Order: sequence, then C-alpha cells, then structure tokens
Amino acid sequence: MLTAVFVMAGLALAIGAVLGFAAIRFRVEGHPLVEKIDAILPQTQCGQCGFPGCKPYAQAIAEGNAEINQCPPGGEENIHKLADLLGAEFKPLNAAHGVPKPRSVAVIDEELCIGCTLCTQACPVDAILGAAKQMHTVIAAECTGCELCLAPCPVDCIHMLPVGESIGSWKWKYPVFPLTRAA
Amino acid sequence: MEGYLLILVGTVFVNNIVMVKILGLCPFMGVSRKLETALGMGAATTFVLTLGSGTSYLVNKYLLGPDLAYLTTLSFIVVIAGIVQFTEMAIRKTSPVLYQVLGIYLPLITTNCAVLGIPLLNVQAKHDFVESLFFGMGGALGFSLALILFAGIRERIEAADVPGIFRGSAIAMVTAGLMSLAFMGFAGLVK
Repeated sequence: MLTAVFVMAGLALAIGAVLGFAAIRFRVEGHPLVEKIDAILPQTQCGQCGFPGCKPYAQAIAEGNAEINQCPPGGEENIHKLADLLGAEFKPLNAAHGVPKPRSVAVIDEELCIGCTLCTQACPVDAILGAAKQMHTVIAAECTGCELCLAPCPVDCIHMLPVGESIGSWKWKYPVFPLTRAA
Repeated sequence: MEGYLLILVGTVFVNNIVMVKILGLCPFMGVSRKLETALGMGAATTFVLTLGSGTSYLVNKYLLGPDLAYLTTLSFIVVIAGIVQFTEMAIRKTSPVLYQVLGIYLPLITTNCAVLGIPLLNVQAKHDFVESLFFGMGGALGFSLALILFAGIRERIEAADVPGIFRGSAIAMVTAGLMSLAFMGFAGLVK
C-alpha cells in the first residue's frame, strides 16, 4: 500500500518536474490574445482603424490602446465578436473611421492606365499585377476592397465595383419575420 | 523480424483497433467529417501512441513490476497525459509547421481510450519493448486507416441523397457498422 502511494507520488512528481522544465525551456514568445483578435478582424489591411494593418490593430486592442469599434469593414458583427472575446461592452461603430460599405473589389480601367506602378506599391495584399509602363490589372480574388490604391492613381483609372452575389459568395439570408399584432 | 511484421499486419487489419476492438470511437465519429482533419488526427495519434506504448512499457517493467500490477491503468493515464503535454510544448517550440498540423489534436488524444487501450493490451500480451513499439504503431496506423477511409466515405455521403431520417449521425453509424463488417473479412489473414 505504502509503496503504491510512493510510486504514484514519485511518478506524478517526476512528470510534473519534466513539464515544469518544458514550460520554461520551450516557452513560445507571442501573445495568444493578439492571435485571437487578429483572427476575428477581416484582414483587409485597409488601415481605416488608424493602424498600419489588422495585426497592429489587434496588438493595440490587446494592449488597451485602441477601442474595439474602429473597424468599418468588419461592421457590427465583428464588434460583437470582439466584445464577446474581451468581455467588453458593445459599442456602435465609430463613424470617424468610416462606414461599412458593401464588399467590393478594385477594377483598373485598362484603357486609361499609364503603367506608373504607384497602385502596386500602395496595395497591402499585392493584388495588383503589372510592371513599369505596362498596363496593370487587379487579381479580383486577392483584392480586399480596402480602397488604398484609389488615392495614389494619377489618372484616376481605378474604381470600386461592388461584388454581386455569385455561386461562390451566396449565403443564406437571415430569417426575417414580419411582426404582426396579436388580435 | 517476421514476428514484427505479423504484429504490424495483425494490428492494422486483423485486429483493427476501431473496427474490430471497437476502441477510440469518440474521435472516429468526431473528427471524421473532413479528410484533412482525419489526416491530422491520424498523424497525431500515430505519434503519441508509438511514444506512449514505449514509455508505458518502461514504466510497467521497471517501476511497477508484478507487485504493483494493479496500478497499471492509473499510472498509464498519468504517463500518457504527461507525454502528450510535453510533446505539445516541444513541437510548438521546435516545429511550428508540425504544430499547425498536429497541434489542436494533441490535447484531444490525451484521454482517447485507444491510446490507453493499446498499452494495456501490450501488458496483457506480455510484449517486449520493441514488440510494444510495433504494436503501438500498428494500432495507430490501423486507427488512421479506419479514420481516413471513414472520412472519405462521409465526404461522399454529404453530397449524396440520403433519406431525411438517416441524415447526419444515423447514416454515419450505419456506415461505420458496414465498414466494421468489411474489416471482419481480414479475420483469416494471419494464421
């Protein structure tokens, strides 16, 4: 009986010691909360929140340097998710950072493009293809609709085109029931 | 050498841990919805089971012995949980890619009955160290095989026109039963 207790206690102690050692030896740098917040953010890298991308914004939220309502592409749904994750109160979207728009992609008017490469440098996700003095084009599947390429274009040949519903993007609509007054 | 091969074939096909011994059904039903998750779970289980059967053998042989044989179940649970935690930490530090593949499945395996069952069967069958390793690896490969086959079938079933009352778990159970029957066909493979 006593041996059994000693053996089990010894085993538990040994494993505990190994795990404790491993926790220090194999410590992984990195903030798990930042990863979680970053996973919720829409990854448009648009910078409308005032930070240079989604990851820095997530970092700022985790450190308490930013509010959760600064992300227009995410919209209210995202703010609800962030509020749930952080145990914070829901706040309506801060209009100073912009208003949510329908999801759209940039399209380059290829007749007008002069091949200046300014938009390729502005694109945060490398969705614009083209070389100097060659016509540029946008890879629609990669474009996040952040509008950062609109401002640098010297000939204003880029415009935003809302993404319509297609077989790939169609989703079930939320069920909406008309409220009727009970007799 | 031939003995090891027999153990391997025997555990993968003839005594398949899921299909014939009916162990580890929780992950078998739980993570078999998609082929990728089945692959990840299979790889993680193979890793843990091979390591676990080796370590459990050592614990049983040198720490417990015949006097404390009644402690095998208890100590194996502790040892396997410890190993899984340790591997998870080590992999996370040394190989982020592998961690992404196996990471979320490793904690799931800690309390998997297949992972506890194989070391206990090892003790029952009085395997030596290398035999234990092969038995563990074979069992895990058999588990992966069953899981991957099942996931493949379930992906097809998702697209099939299944009658309303059979959708979801019901048809999965029927499928698992039929697969189990199919695995019985291996029964005479190893004499």
